Amino acid sequence: MSLNTFKVATRALLVNKSRTFLTTLGIIIGVFSVVMLTGLGSGLQAYVSDQFEGLGANTVFVSIGQVFDGEGSFNRGSVGQILSGNKFTLRDIERIKRLRDYVDEVTYFSTNVDEAEFSDNTTPVIILGTLANYPEAIDIDMASGRFFNVNEERSGEKVVVLGDGVAQELFDQIDPVSRKIRIGNQNYRVVGVAAKQGGGFGGPSVDDYVYVPYTLTSRIYQDTDITQFSVKIKSAEMIPEAITAIENELKRSFEEDEFSVFDQSQLLSTINNILSMLTVALGGIAAISLLVGGIGIMNIMLVSVSERTREIGLRKALGATPNEIMIQFLIEASLLSVFGGLIGLGLAYLGAWALQPIFPIKVTLTAVLLALGVSTAVGLIFGVAPARRAANLSPIEALRYE
Amino acid sequence: MAKTTETVKAILELKQVSKIYTLGQQLIPALNKLSLKVCEGDFVVIMGASGSGKSTLLQVASMLSQATEGEIYLKGKNVTEYDEVERARLRNKEIGFIFQQFNLLAKTSAVEQVELPLIYAKVAEEERRERAIEMLKKLGLGDRLANKPGELSGGQQQRVAIARALVNNPSIIFADEPTGNLDSKSGAEIKKILIKLNKEGKTIILVTHDPNVAKIAKRQILIKDGQIIKDVRTDGKKCH
Repeated sequence: MSLNTFKVATRALLVNKSRTFLTTLGIIIGVFSVVMLTGLGSGLQAYVSDQFEGLGANTVFVSIGQVFDGEGSFNRGSVGQILSGNKFTLRDIERIKRLRDYVDEVTYFSTNVDEAEFSDNTTPVIILGTLANYPEAIDIDMASGRFFNVNEERSGEKVVVLGDGVAQELFDQIDPVSRKIRIGNQNYRVVGVAAKQGGGFGGPSVDDYVYVPYTLTSRIYQDTDITQFSVKIKSAEMIPEAITAIENELKRSFEEDEFSVFDQSQLLSTINNILSMLTVALGGIAAISLLVGGIGIMNIMLVSVSERTREIGLRKALGATPNEIMIQFLIEASLLSVFGGLIGLGLAYLGAWALQPIFPIKVTLTAVLLALGVSTAVGLIFGVAPARRAANLSPIEALRYE
Repeated sequence: MAKTTETVKAILELKQVSKIYTLGQQLIPALNKLSLKVCEGDFVVIMGASGSGKSTLLQVASMLSQATEGEIYLKGKNVTEYDEVERARLRNKEIGFIFQQFNLLAKTSAVEQVELPLIYAKVAEEERRERAIEMLKKLGLGDRLANKPGELSGGQQQRVAIARALVNNPSIIFADEPTGNLDSKSGAEIKKILIKLNKEGKTIILVTHDPNVAKIAKRQILIKDGQIIKDVRTDGKKCH
């Protein structure tokens, strides 16, 4: 029976091809958006995790303010605390450096924004004033040349390391090493170019950074505020102890709630929490379109039942039982949604493939199964009402129907 | 008229059957304690003015609708209390329908139209097709197998419908004004087919108000106010 009913249902859909397509369009769009949007969310999550893992497993971050709110999320008040004017002094940092049992390197930085210039090319840059040990603390590879050294750092020489994006903008094909560029109203000598890191989603990325000795930027930009610094710990196992030691040291200058000490895993899990919520929210929004698609199917199936009243009456007269009629219409409804779901999925894969070069999109199996499952369920659920109506038609009334 | 009366088995029997429709508060009796025996091989025509109850009689006798009162026997079996599923199976197996409007499915080929009852009889696909083609050939439509209703004349469409009615080899054929939508030439053609089918032994119950069609039957029944007021037999048979 089922195979025959299946064929009958398929035939009915093929008879009205354009309507069948228009009905499935709702589901196509629904599944497409669910898969795409959750794909964007998951992709973003994977990308961000990747970026943070690059910060180094042995690194501990110290920041002014309470960064986390204790519930797996960032503390919204922390920006205010940073703006409160609290800052770390070089003396605080010296004290941390002296925790030699744990601490390998301490690096810190300040950021400023300015314009860089070489011959006729200009580009906005983020100037990171930092120490010579920054590449070891933060895992930066060099594409050419070298990072500035301790001597250059201490004497505040006008040397600069370019991010890959800045190098491309200013120099294009030319090798920038040893060339002079202008940033703001100062001339700098390029000593190296950092390897491309990618990302940034259209906003500033680390490729738009230039690295300059801290002593130099603090002089030029009159900015010596240190609100964050990174501590490289000797081994990953020591991190919990090291965090306690650093906290104890800082409590001498600050109240307990005026600073935070955390490692990459804590930062990562918090960001993951937030991005998971984002993914769910995106999926939820997309699911609404799936629901609307389902209502579209119900609508068309109801129209189809009343249009085909005579046909239903005839089938019943010829021996179709109410169940057989019901199953025929249920199969029609679920075929519409499964068919739409598959097309939507195909389009989503195509879309993901097309977006891949500019956005880290990741279509997960869970999202695919969920979208297909939900679209099939939608077809079945919204198909029940029309199918019942068809099944309960009296054959005489139906045959008389004009 | 023949002196010896041949006795034949009753294939369909209605005993004191009433059908009452409710219209709001009003009760409308369409059949009023009507009794009728139809025998194997009968060709019965039911006539009557509109509103006389002839269509209701056809619906009740053909298992399309349920009687309010009385009993119905088909091939000796009491089918009065059959539920909807049992009646669907019964219609599929024992009853063939021919309608005034043909009731063919749109955009569906002649073969597929004829296959429909066999689908619900769960006949395997290959056999289904074979039987449908054979039946269409028998009705002179061997060269129209793949044609859809829009590509067939009225007479051809009704012949497809007759093939559909016959394909599952039913015991009784019910025809409701089968020539009502046809020109006289096609109508005559259909009448000839019905006569031929009856000669081959098929029991036919035909509802019409066209006296020219009524003439072809061997038994004429006249209905008024839900009761039989005249029942004339010309073949000398007797039912028991």
